[in-house]
Amino acid sequence: MSVKFIWIGLASAVFLAVVISPFASPWLDGLERVAENAGVLERGEGEPLIAAPVPDYAMPGVPNERLATSIAGVVGTVLIFAAAWGIFKLTLRKRENGK
Amino acid sequence: MHIPDGFLDAKTFVTLDVAAAGLIGVATSRVRKALEERAVPLMAVLAAFIFAAQMLNFPVVGGTSGHFTGGALAALTLGPWPAVLIMTLVLVIQSLFFGDGGILALGANIFNMGFVAPFVAYGVYRVVRLVFRSNAGLYVGSFVASWLAVVAAATACALELSVSGLIPFSVSVPAMAGIHALIGIGEGIITAGAVAVLVASRVEVLKLKEVPGGVG
Repeated sequence: MSVKFIWIGLASAVFLAVVISPFASPWLDGLERVAENAGVLERGEGEPLIAAPVPDYAMPGVPNERLATSIAGVVGTVLIFAAAWGIFKLTLRKRENGK
Repeated sequence: MHIPDGFLDAKTFVTLDVAAAGLIGVATSRVRKALEERAVPLMAVLAAFIFAAQMLNFPVVGGTSGHFTGGALAALTLGPWPAVLIMTLVLVIQSLFFGDGGILALGANIFNMGFVAPFVAYGVYRVVRLVFRSNAGLYVGSFVASWLAVVAAATACALELSVSGLIPFSVSVPAMAGIHALIGIGEGIITAGAVAVLVASRVEVLKLKEVPGGVG
Protein backbone atom coordinates (compact mmCIF):
# COMPACT_ATOMS: atom_id res chain seq x y z
CA MET A 1 0.00 0.00 0.00
CA SER A 2 1.94 2.98 -1.22
CA VAL A 3 1.77 6.41 0.35
CA LYS A 4 1.09 7.75 -3.13
CA PHE A 5 -2.03 5.60 -3.40
CA ILE A 6 -3.34 6.98 -0.12
CA TRP A 7 -2.76 10.58 -1.16
CA ILE A 8 -4.34 10.05 -4.56
CA GLY A 9 -7.28 8.23 -2.97
CA LEU A 10 -7.87 11.00 -0.46
CA ALA A 11 -7.42 13.69 -3.13
CA SER A 12 -9.94 11.93 -5.37
CA ALA A 13 -12.46 11.79 -2.55
CA VAL A 14 -11.92 15.49 -1.80
CA PHE A 15 -12.26 16.28 -5.50
CA LEU A 16 -15.61 14.51 -5.65
CA ALA A 17 -16.83 16.20 -2.49
CA VAL A 18 -15.72 19.69 -3.50
CA VAL A 19 -16.15 19.86 -7.27
CA ILE A 20 -18.89 17.35 -8.08
CA SER A 21 -21.16 17.42 -5.04
CA PRO A 22 -22.55 20.94 -5.64
CA PHE A 23 -23.97 19.60 -8.88
CA ALA A 24 -25.56 16.52 -7.34
CA SER A 25 -29.21 15.94 -8.13
CA PRO A 26 -31.47 17.80 -5.70
CA TRP A 27 -34.32 15.39 -6.27
CA LEU A 28 -35.68 13.31 -3.41
CA ASP A 29 -33.79 10.08 -2.93
CA GLY A 30 -35.45 6.67 -3.20
CA LEU A 31 -36.59 6.42 0.41
CA GLU A 32 -37.81 10.04 0.50
CA ARG A 33 -39.74 9.51 -2.72
CA VAL A 34 -41.44 6.39 -1.35
CA ALA A 35 -42.33 8.27 1.84
CA GLU A 36 -43.54 11.29 -0.13
CA ASN A 37 -45.77 9.13 -2.32
CA ALA A 38 -47.21 7.52 0.80
CA GLY A 39 -47.87 10.95 2.25
CA VAL A 40 -45.59 10.46 5.25
CA LEU A 41 -42.43 12.34 4.31
CA GLU A 42 -43.06 15.17 6.75
CA ARG A 43 -42.87 12.73 9.67
CA GLY A 44 -39.15 12.63 9.07
CA GLU A 45 -38.76 16.38 9.05
CA GLY A 46 -39.26 17.16 12.72
CA GLU A 47 -36.81 18.80 15.09
CA PRO A 48 -33.65 16.71 15.40
CA LEU A 49 -32.67 15.29 18.77
CA ILE A 50 -29.27 16.90 18.59
CA ALA A 51 -28.80 19.82 16.23
CA ALA A 52 -26.30 18.94 13.53
CA PRO A 53 -23.49 21.46 12.98
CA VAL A 54 -23.67 21.22 9.19
CA PRO A 55 -27.27 20.26 8.44
CA ASP A 56 -28.01 18.87 4.98
CA TYR A 57 -24.37 19.20 3.91
CA ALA A 58 -24.59 23.00 3.71
CA MET A 59 -21.92 24.82 5.73
CA PRO A 60 -23.77 27.49 7.76
CA GLY A 61 -22.84 31.09 7.19
CA VAL A 62 -21.96 30.56 3.53
CA PRO A 63 -24.57 32.34 1.41
CA ASN A 64 -23.71 30.66 -1.89
CA GLU A 65 -25.37 27.25 -1.80
CA ARG A 66 -22.87 25.53 -4.07
CA LEU A 67 -19.92 26.84 -2.10
CA ALA A 68 -21.58 25.80 1.15
CA THR A 69 -21.90 22.26 -0.20
CA SER A 70 -18.29 22.15 -1.36
CA ILE A 71 -17.01 23.31 2.00
CA ALA A 72 -19.21 20.80 3.81
CA GLY A 73 -17.87 18.17 1.45
CA VAL A 74 -14.20 18.80 2.09
CA VAL A 75 -14.70 19.19 5.83
CA GLY A 76 -16.62 15.91 5.99
CA THR A 77 -14.22 13.98 3.81
CA VAL A 78 -11.14 15.06 5.75
CA LEU A 79 -12.96 14.54 9.05
CA ILE A 80 -13.93 11.01 8.12
CA PHE A 81 -10.44 10.20 6.86
CA ALA A 82 -8.88 11.43 10.09
CA ALA A 83 -11.48 9.78 12.32
CA ALA A 84 -11.15 6.48 10.49
CA TRP A 85 -7.37 6.62 10.70
CA GLY A 86 -7.43 7.41 14.41
CA ILE A 87 -10.10 4.92 15.42
CA PHE A 88 -8.84 2.04 13.33
CA LYS A 89 -5.24 2.69 14.38
CA LEU A 90 -6.37 2.23 17.97
CA THR A 91 -8.41 -0.84 17.07
CA LEU A 92 -5.99 -2.85 14.98
CA ARG A 93 -2.90 -4.70 16.14
CA LYS A 94 0.61 -3.74 15.19
CA ARG A 95 2.62 -6.15 13.07
CA GLU A 96 3.69 -9.01 15.29
CA ASN A 97 7.25 -9.44 14.06
CA GLY A 98 9.15 -6.22 13.47
CA LYS A 99 9.21 -3.99 10.32
CA MET B 1 -31.69 5.34 2.09
CA HIS B 2 -30.86 7.05 5.37
CA ILE B 3 -33.96 6.73 7.58
CA PRO B 4 -34.65 9.96 9.48
CA ASP B 5 -36.02 10.03 13.02
CA GLY B 6 -39.80 10.00 12.97
CA PHE B 7 -40.25 7.13 10.51
CA LEU B 8 -39.62 4.15 12.79
CA ASP B 9 -41.56 3.35 15.92
CA ALA B 10 -39.84 2.81 19.25
CA LYS B 11 -39.93 -0.99 19.24
CA THR B 12 -38.28 -1.03 15.83
CA PHE B 13 -35.56 1.52 16.38
CA VAL B 14 -34.69 0.24 19.84
CA THR B 15 -34.41 -3.34 18.56
CA LEU B 16 -32.18 -2.24 15.70
CA ASP B 17 -30.07 0.00 17.92
CA VAL B 18 -29.40 -2.98 20.19
CA ALA B 19 -28.76 -5.26 17.20
CA ALA B 20 -26.37 -2.77 15.64
CA ALA B 21 -24.47 -2.37 18.90
CA GLY B 22 -24.07 -6.13 19.02
CA LEU B 23 -22.93 -6.29 15.41
CA ILE B 24 -20.38 -3.56 16.00
CA GLY B 25 -19.03 -5.52 18.96
CA VAL B 26 -18.71 -8.70 16.91
CA ALA B 27 -17.20 -6.78 14.00
CA THR B 28 -14.58 -5.17 16.24
CA SER B 29 -13.53 -8.52 17.60
CA ARG B 30 -13.42 -10.13 14.14
CA VAL B 31 -11.56 -7.24 12.57
CA ARG B 32 -8.93 -7.27 15.30
CA LYS B 33 -8.25 -10.89 14.40
CA ALA B 34 -8.40 -10.45 10.64
CA LEU B 35 -6.57 -7.19 9.95
CA GLU B 36 -3.39 -5.58 11.15
CA GLU B 37 -2.45 -1.94 11.50
CA ARG B 38 -1.15 -1.84 7.94
CA ALA B 39 -4.78 -1.96 6.72
CA VAL B 40 -5.52 1.38 8.42
CA PRO B 41 -4.63 3.63 5.46
CA LEU B 42 -6.83 1.65 3.09
CA MET B 43 -9.70 1.68 5.57
CA ALA B 44 -9.35 5.43 5.97
CA VAL B 45 -9.27 6.07 2.22
CA LEU B 46 -12.27 3.80 1.70
CA ALA B 47 -14.25 5.59 4.40
CA ALA B 48 -13.39 8.97 2.90
CA PHE B 49 -14.25 7.87 -0.61
CA ILE B 50 -17.53 6.29 0.49
CA PHE B 51 -18.53 9.47 2.30
CA ALA B 52 -17.68 11.69 -0.65
CA ALA B 53 -19.33 9.42 -3.21
CA GLN B 54 -22.49 9.29 -1.09
CA MET B 55 -22.87 13.03 -1.63
CA LEU B 56 -23.21 12.59 -5.38
CA ASN B 57 -26.92 12.04 -5.95
CA PHE B 58 -27.68 11.06 -9.54
CA PRO B 59 -31.12 11.31 -11.16
CA VAL B 60 -32.85 7.99 -11.62
CA VAL B 61 -36.42 8.44 -12.80
CA GLY B 62 -39.29 10.86 -12.50
CA GLY B 63 -37.95 13.37 -10.01
CA THR B 64 -36.17 10.77 -7.90
CA SER B 65 -32.46 10.50 -7.31
CA GLY B 66 -30.19 7.84 -5.89
CA HIS B 67 -26.77 7.73 -4.40
CA PHE B 68 -23.97 5.29 -3.88
CA THR B 69 -23.90 3.68 -0.45
CA GLY B 70 -20.58 1.80 -0.44
CA GLY B 71 -21.19 -1.17 1.87
CA ALA B 72 -20.54 -3.55 -0.98
CA LEU B 73 -17.31 -1.87 -2.02
CA ALA B 74 -16.01 -1.99 1.52
CA ALA B 75 -16.91 -5.68 1.82
CA LEU B 76 -15.34 -6.62 -1.50
CA THR B 77 -12.17 -4.77 -0.61
CA LEU B 78 -11.63 -5.78 2.99
CA GLY B 79 -14.33 -8.28 3.88
CA PRO B 80 -17.78 -7.89 5.42
CA TRP B 81 -16.81 -7.37 9.06
CA PRO B 82 -14.40 -4.50 8.34
CA ALA B 83 -17.14 -3.08 6.13
CA VAL B 84 -19.47 -3.02 9.16
CA LEU B 85 -17.02 -0.77 11.00
CA ILE B 86 -16.27 1.50 8.06
CA MET B 87 -19.95 2.00 7.26
CA THR B 88 -20.77 2.57 10.93
CA LEU B 89 -18.22 5.36 11.13
CA VAL B 90 -19.53 7.01 7.97
CA LEU B 91 -23.17 6.71 9.08
CA VAL B 92 -22.51 8.01 12.58
CA ILE B 93 -20.71 11.10 11.29
CA GLN B 94 -23.35 11.66 8.62
CA SER B 95 -26.06 11.54 11.26
CA LEU B 96 -24.44 13.57 14.06
CA PHE B 97 -22.53 16.07 11.95
CA PHE B 98 -24.70 16.51 8.87
CA GLY B 99 -28.14 15.47 10.05
CA ASP B 100 -28.29 12.83 7.32
CA GLY B 101 -30.16 9.94 8.88
CA GLY B 102 -31.75 10.02 12.31
CA ILE B 103 -29.93 9.53 15.58
CA LEU B 104 -32.37 7.02 17.04
CA ALA B 105 -32.50 5.47 13.57
CA LEU B 106 -28.74 4.94 13.48
CA GLY B 107 -29.13 1.28 14.42
CA ALA B 108 -31.49 0.70 11.52
CA ASN B 109 -29.27 2.53 9.05
CA ILE B 110 -26.19 0.67 10.26
CA PHE B 111 -28.09 -2.60 10.01
CA ASN B 112 -29.28 -1.91 6.45
CA MET B 113 -26.29 -0.19 4.86
CA GLY B 114 -23.59 -1.43 7.20
CA PHE B 115 -24.56 -5.06 7.70
CA VAL B 116 -27.11 -6.30 5.16
CA ALA B 117 -25.42 -4.65 2.19
CA PRO B 118 -21.87 -5.83 2.94
CA PHE B 119 -22.86 -9.39 3.76
CA VAL B 120 -25.17 -9.78 0.78
CA ALA B 121 -22.48 -8.32 -1.47
CA TYR B 122 -19.79 -10.61 -0.11
CA GLY B 123 -21.98 -13.71 -0.35
CA VAL B 124 -23.21 -12.95 -3.84
CA TYR B 125 -19.69 -12.12 -5.00
CA ARG B 126 -18.35 -15.46 -3.89
CA VAL B 127 -21.20 -17.29 -5.65
CA VAL B 128 -20.71 -15.35 -8.89
CA ARG B 129 -17.00 -16.11 -8.75
CA LEU B 130 -17.75 -19.82 -8.60
CA VAL B 131 -19.12 -19.39 -12.10
CA PHE B 132 -16.92 -16.59 -13.47
CA ARG B 133 -13.36 -17.41 -12.48
CA SER B 134 -11.72 -15.20 -15.08
CA ASN B 135 -10.60 -11.63 -14.60
CA ALA B 136 -13.88 -10.44 -16.06
CA GLY B 137 -15.53 -12.20 -13.16
CA LEU B 138 -14.03 -9.64 -10.77
CA TYR B 139 -16.09 -6.92 -12.44
CA VAL B 140 -19.23 -8.92 -13.22
CA GLY B 141 -19.13 -10.16 -9.65
CA SER B 142 -18.62 -6.69 -8.20
CA PHE B 143 -21.46 -5.25 -10.24
CA VAL B 144 -23.97 -8.01 -9.47
CA ALA B 145 -22.97 -8.22 -5.81
CA SER B 146 -23.31 -4.50 -5.16
CA TRP B 147 -26.54 -4.25 -7.13
CA LEU B 148 -28.14 -7.04 -5.10
CA ALA B 149 -26.73 -5.60 -1.88
CA VAL B 150 -28.52 -2.30 -2.49
CA VAL B 151 -31.81 -4.01 -3.30
CA ALA B 152 -31.49 -6.18 -0.20
CA ALA B 153 -30.71 -3.20 2.05
CA ALA B 154 -33.64 -1.29 0.57
CA THR B 155 -35.93 -4.26 1.21
CA ALA B 156 -34.78 -4.44 4.82
CA CYS B 157 -35.49 -0.73 5.08
CA ALA B 158 -38.98 -1.22 3.63
CA LEU B 159 -39.72 -3.99 6.12
CA GLU B 160 -38.66 -1.72 8.98
CA LEU B 161 -40.95 1.07 7.76
CA SER B 162 -43.85 -1.37 7.56
CA VAL B 163 -43.23 -3.02 10.91
CA SER B 164 -43.27 0.52 12.32
CA GLY B 165 -46.69 1.04 10.83
CA LEU B 166 -45.57 3.84 8.54
CA ILE B 167 -46.37 2.27 5.16
CA PRO B 168 -48.00 -1.11 4.46
CA PHE B 169 -45.74 -3.97 3.27
CA SER B 170 -47.63 -4.23 -0.01
CA VAL B 171 -46.58 -0.66 -0.81
CA SER B 172 -43.19 -0.26 0.83
CA VAL B 173 -41.47 -3.40 -0.41
CA PRO B 174 -42.21 -3.10 -4.14
CA ALA B 175 -41.62 0.65 -4.02
CA MET B 176 -38.28 0.48 -2.22
CA ALA B 177 -37.04 -2.60 -4.06
CA GLY B 178 -38.19 -1.20 -7.38
CA ILE B 179 -36.55 2.20 -7.13
CA HIS B 180 -33.41 0.69 -5.68
CA ALA B 181 -33.20 -1.81 -8.51
CA LEU B 182 -32.51 1.29 -10.62
CA ILE B 183 -30.32 3.04 -8.06
CA GLY B 184 -28.39 -0.21 -7.68
CA ILE B 185 -27.23 0.08 -11.28
CA GLY B 186 -25.37 3.22 -10.26
CA GLU B 187 -23.95 1.45 -7.23
CA GLY B 188 -22.86 -1.43 -9.45
CA ILE B 189 -21.10 0.81 -11.93
CA ILE B 190 -19.32 2.85 -9.27
CA THR B 191 -18.34 -0.27 -7.32
CA ALA B 192 -16.97 -2.06 -10.38
CA GLY B 193 -15.10 1.10 -11.34
CA ALA B 194 -13.57 1.46 -7.90
CA VAL B 195 -12.62 -2.22 -7.95
CA ALA B 196 -10.87 -1.65 -11.28
CA VAL B 197 -8.86 1.18 -9.74
CA LEU B 198 -7.92 -0.94 -6.72
CA VAL B 199 -6.83 -3.84 -8.92
CA ALA B 200 -4.80 -1.56 -11.17
CA SER B 201 -3.15 -0.03 -8.12
CA ARG B 202 -2.17 -3.52 -6.97
CA VAL B 203 -3.61 -3.00 -3.52
CA GLU B 204 -2.68 -6.14 -1.72
CA VAL B 205 -5.32 -6.43 1.02
CA LEU B 206 -8.08 -7.28 -1.41
CA LYS B 207 -10.84 -9.67 -0.42
CA LEU B 208 -12.20 -9.80 -3.92
CA LYS B 209 -9.16 -11.59 -5.15
CA GLU B 210 -10.27 -14.62 -3.18
CA VAL B 211 -11.98 -17.09 -5.44
CA PRO B 212 -13.77 -20.01 -3.80
CA GLY B 213 -11.34 -22.88 -4.14
CA GLY B 214 -8.34 -20.82 -3.15
CA VAL B 215 -6.98 -19.45 -6.42
CA GLY B 216 -6.15 -15.77 -6.48
